[in-house]
Amino acid sequence: MPTSTEINLGDVGARSAAYAEEMQGEHMTLNVGPSHPTTHGVLRLLIELDGDRVIKCEPVIGYLHRGDEKIAENMTYNQFVPYTDRLDYLAPLANNVAYALAVEKLAKLEMPPRCQAIRVICCELARISSHLLGLGVFGMDAGAWTIFMYTFTQREKLYTLFEELTGARFTTSYTRIGGVARDMPEGWLGRVNKFCQEVLPVIDEVDKLLTRNKIFLQRTEGIGVITKQDALAYGITGANLRAAGIEADLRKDNPYCGYENYDFEVPIGTRGDCFDRYLVRIEEIRQSVRIVRQAVEKMPEGPWYAESAKKIFDPPKSKVLSSMEELIQNFMIVTEGPQIPAGEVYFEAENPKGALGFYIVSKGGGVPYRLHIKGPSFVSLGILPKIMPGHLLTDITCILGSLDFVLGECDR
Amino acid sequence: MDTIVDTLKARFPFVTPRPSSDTPAVNVPADQLLAFAQVLRDELRYDMLLDLCGVDWDVASLRFGVVYQFYHSGKKCFLRVATLAPDNMAPAVPSLAGLWPSADWHEREAYDMFGIRFDGHPNLKRILMWDGYEFYPLRKEFPLAGIESELPAADTAEATGAKVIAAPMMGGPFYSGTEEHYHMSSAEPRANDQSWTEDKPKPGQKG
Repeated sequence: MPTSTEINLGDVGARSAAYAEEMQGEHMTLNVGPSHPTTHGVLRLLIELDGDRVIKCEPVIGYLHRGDEKIAENMTYNQFVPYTDRLDYLAPLANNVAYALAVEKLAKLEMPPRCQAIRVICCELARISSHLLGLGVFGMDAGAWTIFMYTFTQREKLYTLFEELTGARFTTSYTRIGGVARDMPEGWLGRVNKFCQEVLPVIDEVDKLLTRNKIFLQRTEGIGVITKQDALAYGITGANLRAAGIEADLRKDNPYCGYENYDFEVPIGTRGDCFDRYLVRIEEIRQSVRIVRQAVEKMPEGPWYAESAKKIFDPPKSKVLSSMEELIQNFMIVTEGPQIPAGEVYFEAENPKGALGFYIVSKGGGVPYRLHIKGPSFVSLGILPKIMPGHLLTDITCILGSLDFVLGECDR
Repeated sequence: MDTIVDTLKARFPFVTPRPSSDTPAVNVPADQLLAFAQVLRDELRYDMLLDLCGVDWDVASLRFGVVYQFYHSGKKCFLRVATLAPDNMAPAVPSLAGLWPSADWHEREAYDMFGIRFDGHPNLKRILMWDGYEFYPLRKEFPLAGIESELPAADTAEATGAKVIAAPMMGGPFYSGTEEHYHMSSAEPRANDQSWTEDKPKPGQKG
């Protein structure tokens, strides 16, 4: 008596081919955002899905458009500084510095060493702050919720430092055209050093929790790959470009603010996937700490603003109240703005999210004729229609998180 | 610094150097832009188009221009290229989106803000403002306060009667004059507020 029966399935391939048309389900259009936790702000995605697979993705932006470029044409150079806070609002200090450097490049102003060193510390602390948040929310997007608490605790300490330096935790507006708003408070550098000591072990801990975590690896490896060619053609900058394997860092390639005097390395990835972008960011935090330590160690003495720039920098309040010449200078700069010569300039600074560019046209006087802002996040989002198709719906959270964009800068 | 400008001038008779204090810069006529850009990418290896933006030069001759910022990722150097759109009423320049995909969104933005058309662009529509918005906000004649227009959501507009209205400017920090030298009185709009004179009392004050 036979105990088993062999079932003949026939030619499965031929059968499914015959029904291929019927098996093709309808495509679904899914709207994500503009108010949705994975879109990190007010990004809206129109996704066409075949089952669980993305076949088309169209980002819709502009929900945070405030007309910054129009506003800039209608106010003096210094008045625009607070608006730069609101570009990449996760690293306002770095935006302030980038904007000031662009205008100073147009005015051909050289900053004294102390001002440069303060600005370097500002930029790097802003980078640490932005990457800490970037890592935290990327962990959340990939399902690792714990990381956010670790990184955000450190970020809170940074906010305290920013508050001490600038008077505000979030909207710092610290730079002025030709210097910074005020010198560092006493003992601040020591507290920066203490923060550097505290943040490194936490980064190691995040590293231990995530980098060899099997679930995290499976969710990020090989996902959202940006090839070298694509990264260049789409104009991607910053950590996203370096993760694709291209050695490009404006701090090394076109140094500004005295970055050539600091010893640091530029981490680059090999595959350009979500995991590489994570690795690059985590290493960049360590390198930023390295730069901050060097800047703190050899902080030069001297003025923290360009003293010779009489028509550009608004002198410190104590001098305004005690000296006639400075009072006049203050009056002229407040009413007419810093006097910037005619010309045009394009300046890019290596910001946490990528290269933040300012194209400024001046016709002389205190108000820019045209000020265009190139936000790195605007460019990073432009590649989404290229890299999204083919991924599962669940992968879009990972890809968005790993690109680390901010809509304030994208929509301006 | 000017070697690239010399190379370009020798190669293309129509290229003229552009005054610039930071990076090499050239002017290219709009009808030659595509051929120029092709050589720039394939032979001179400017592989990144970092940025492009429209500019309203506000002159009687050719008014609208586009300024491109190229980058050579190997030599780490910038190049600025500027062009002028031939027609003031319907400004148009060729699209570079086929050569550098990064131009896609930047060109949409320039179209959105200035109304400059990019011939050959695959998907030229508004990007920051909504579809159906009838103005080009970065043109110099567009007022800072904005212009009253229809709400993008027709159903909400019908239900609430709401409109997009011009922003109140009085007391704000803006300077929007065109005179060369301006004074406190023009920089500070409160000084110009006629409703605060002796004839008319301040708002909220009984006269």
